[in-house]
Amino acid sequence: MNNRFRRARRLLPLAVLPMITLAACGGDSGDSGSADDCETGQVDGDLYLYNWSEYIDPELKDAFAAEYGVEVIEDNYDSNEAMQPIVAAGNSGYDVIVPSDYMVSIMIEEGSLMPLNLDAIPNMSNLSAEFNPPPYDPDGAYVAAYQWGTTGLGVDLTVMGEDTPRTWGLIFDPELSANFDGRITLLNDPRETLGAALKYLGYSLNTTSADELAEAKALVADAVDRIAAFDSDQYDELLATGETAVAHGYSGNMVVGIDEAENPDNYTYFVPDEGGTIWTDNMAVPFDAPHPCTAHSFINFILDAENGAQLSEWNYYGSPNEASVPFMDPEFLADETVYPSDRSKLEFITDTGDFETEFSDALSEAKG
Amino acid sequence: MSGRSIAPTTRWLLRSNSALVIAFLYAPIILLAVYSFSGSRIPGEWGGFTTEWYARLFDDSRIQKTIGVSVRVALVSTVIATVLGTMSALALERFKFRGRRVFDALLYLPIIIPDVTMAVMMLMFFTQAFDLVDLLFGLGLSKGFATIVVSHVAFNIAFVSVVVRARIAGMDATLEQAAADLYANRWQAFRYVTLPLIAPGVLGGALLAITLSLDDVVVTQFVAGPGSTTLPVYVFSLIRKGVTPTINAVSVIMLLASLTLVAGSVALQRAQAVRGRTNSE
Amino acid sequence: MTVLPDADALETALGEAERRGEVAERRRGLLLALPSFAYMVLFFAVPLVIVLVYSFATRTSSGSTALSDWNLEAYRKLGEPIVRNVVIRSVVLALITTVLCLVIAYPFAYFCATRSATVRNLLLVAVMIPFWTNFLVRNYAWRLLLSSGGPISSFTESIGLGPTEILFTKTAVVIGLVYAYLPFMILPLFASIDRLDWRLVEASRDLYASGPASFRKVVLPLTMPGVIAGSILVFVPSMGAYVTPELLGGGKETLLGSYIVTQFLTARNWPVGASLSFVLMAVMLVSTIIYFRAGGKNL
Repeated sequence: MNNRFRRARRLLPLAVLPMITLAACGGDSGDSGSADDCETGQVDGDLYLYNWSEYIDPELKDAFAAEYGVEVIEDNYDSNEAMQPIVAAGNSGYDVIVPSDYMVSIMIEEGSLMPLNLDAIPNMSNLSAEFNPPPYDPDGAYVAAYQWGTTGLGVDLTVMGEDTPRTWGLIFDPELSANFDGRITLLNDPRETLGAALKYLGYSLNTTSADELAEAKALVADAVDRIAAFDSDQYDELLATGETAVAHGYSGNMVVGIDEAENPDNYTYFVPDEGGTIWTDNMAVPFDAPHPCTAHSFINFILDAENGAQLSEWNYYGSPNEASVPFMDPEFLADETVYPSDRSKLEFITDTGDFETEFSDALSEAKG
Repeated sequence: MSGRSIAPTTRWLLRSNSALVIAFLYAPIILLAVYSFSGSRIPGEWGGFTTEWYARLFDDSRIQKTIGVSVRVALVSTVIATVLGTMSALALERFKFRGRRVFDALLYLPIIIPDVTMAVMMLMFFTQAFDLVDLLFGLGLSKGFATIVVSHVAFNIAFVSVVVRARIAGMDATLEQAAADLYANRWQAFRYVTLPLIAPGVLGGALLAITLSLDDVVVTQFVAGPGSTTLPVYVFSLIRKGVTPTINAVSVIMLLASLTLVAGSVALQRAQAVRGRTNSE
Repeated sequence: MTVLPDADALETALGEAERRGEVAERRRGLLLALPSFAYMVLFFAVPLVIVLVYSFATRTSSGSTALSDWNLEAYRKLGEPIVRNVVIRSVVLALITTVLCLVIAYPFAYFCATRSATVRNLLLVAVMIPFWTNFLVRNYAWRLLLSSGGPISSFTESIGLGPTEILFTKTAVVIGLVYAYLPFMILPLFASIDRLDWRLVEASRDLYASGPASFRKVVLPLTMPGVIAGSILVFVPSMGAYVTPELLGGGKETLLGSYIVTQFLTARNWPVGASLSFVLMAVMLVSTIIYFRAGGKNL
């Protein structure tokens, strides 16, 4: 009843200005649920998971379903920005979503996430200190880290040999990039691509300085003529089939792509020495999740040490789960492409607020 | 009835152009059919002959479910949009009525609107409308099959109407008037005279509608509820991690299914061909 | 000499009947339009108001839309040079696509329309079937066809012309768009060529003697509604296309479609996305109506 009343008040102006209120968007629409009463392992219905595609070992889903006697229904999205408005509008019907770092802070700010009931997620303590609490959720109240990775370059070593310089200059330095004869792809993402240019220039990729951004934009604009494509999806396949020789992309995808090439030894992935992006994806519960208890049980299930190990080895992404280490293949743990030993120059992409539109305009303008 | 007077060279040109068009339309389709049997996950790499992807498809209940949703959405929305679109086309081409111009303009908008804009606006609309319905009637509605169909009809009416109007525009109305005098009621006049005359336009409109519905990603993504995803939305979400040849296999199977349907309807058309010809002359 | 008043009376009576008939016709027309009219108002016009409202709102620093502080900021942004460049580039691309589609589709539709009913319908369905596969998959197939190691390149290399590098060029974008929208041209063209009165065409052959002249003076004007409808159905979506330009062209130029998507889904700047869509729709609507009217006179 209480909820009903609150909503009635919100819709009251409807009587006065029907159209405008009809448009009144709702980060606050729908009933906000709560997980305060959920206990460890409790389920209150099937699990509706909204995730990136091919991001969970199907066996883990089946295992959860079998253990808790619920069905797991998964839908996928291909970008944070496509997922966010659907969840924020309310009544999305999803119990667990997997937003990336900067999107977590946006969704917290907009009230789109339900505070976690940490009592129902004892495995939270399995997470390493680096990710618990993470910088984008300083109180550790809303999310549990799922996977992490880096953004860097996949390179065909047959072009410049084993000692190919590990620098963003392969793209941004005209002389170096001439070696690749236009066979280069860049991510079609303002923050990543301008971020790479900012790193090459020695700036922070979260800069809010218009001058630094302008410099980065000029670099990208200059590079546009030297590259084959902006591509956020198929860069690994283009690299593996020999269509391109340098690909800007995410660690896990690149490693999997390289693995499928005819001669995997001819390729490598690295984060250039100037530094690059480190990112995490995180499990969170939408503010109006229909089955918050099942959601908590699922998060706890994924954070289990053995399950965490299985998840990472399947995805080929880094695990934030410290307790999983003993269960993982030592070779996997030693893989520099997954676990770069020097992380000092890696930066999280953070939401720059009003400056976000500058980033997006800069990429549009750099393309011309 | 056909162009008997066409010069042989022109006829030859027409024929070869048509052959080229068909070749152009089917070239990528043949390629994807071939690669649906390739052992390599990477498109463009021939990994030896395999039927693995088809086997996977038959095991994959998720893809099967999305295909089911897609086909149902396409059929239901096409039927509704074709009826409504044809009615609007007739009204706009054959009658004068108050509000005609507004209606005319309104019917162009779904063609013009960028799909992402329509996606966002339908999401906001359904959210708000459901809130309102809940408040007024205490009914908790949620997004799903119905919202996808409603949105597809909303853009498909316009496309059907444009194609049907291209057929009706400038068509001699005297036949229909004669029929109106001849037949006892308007329905009969419509059923036996107008409908056969505009049938090719209606068929074209329906084909366009079914295609648009089967291909829509953005609008559907925003108005679908959990677990009610269509095939294109699912495929689109796969692109980050690579579209596996399983999706090629899906395409091939849908192709075969539609070819079978067509072959079946050919027999039907043969029977009707005689009547069709007498009607259109 | 009582004829005149009688004729007057008759005329008045006829006028009255005609007027009554017209009223009935109007009512019938409205009835026929009403279901779709109501549908379009409820499920399109009302939601569209939301877009309009958003276009006057403000992006908050977290990227949501604050429905307060109404302003014209989003419209002001449309005056920036990037928008003008993007629009010009997109119009040119859409024009090229439309003209190519028309040139390819017209003879094809003509050929279809002159077949027997069975062959005709078969051809029509044959045109549509490839499009019942997935559009993303079709685009990938084109990527493969056009890639440097692909069939086309291998073919040109084998006949001694050297490899062709079409993928990630403007040519690839045009090929992809023509492919994607060709059926949109064929269907309305076919619908209007198919209802041609062939007796008129035959008569014109006698009159003008030459095929081209009879085509230009009789066939083309009579099928103008199809040409117009087809052009609209190709031009408009080509203006807004973004997946094909990105997959086949490499997204190296900002086009209108991707610019609008960027506003909504990257910059999360809904007011600008909304204002841009709104202006675009207004301009396109007016030009569409003008185009149709101009075409209508040729009938």
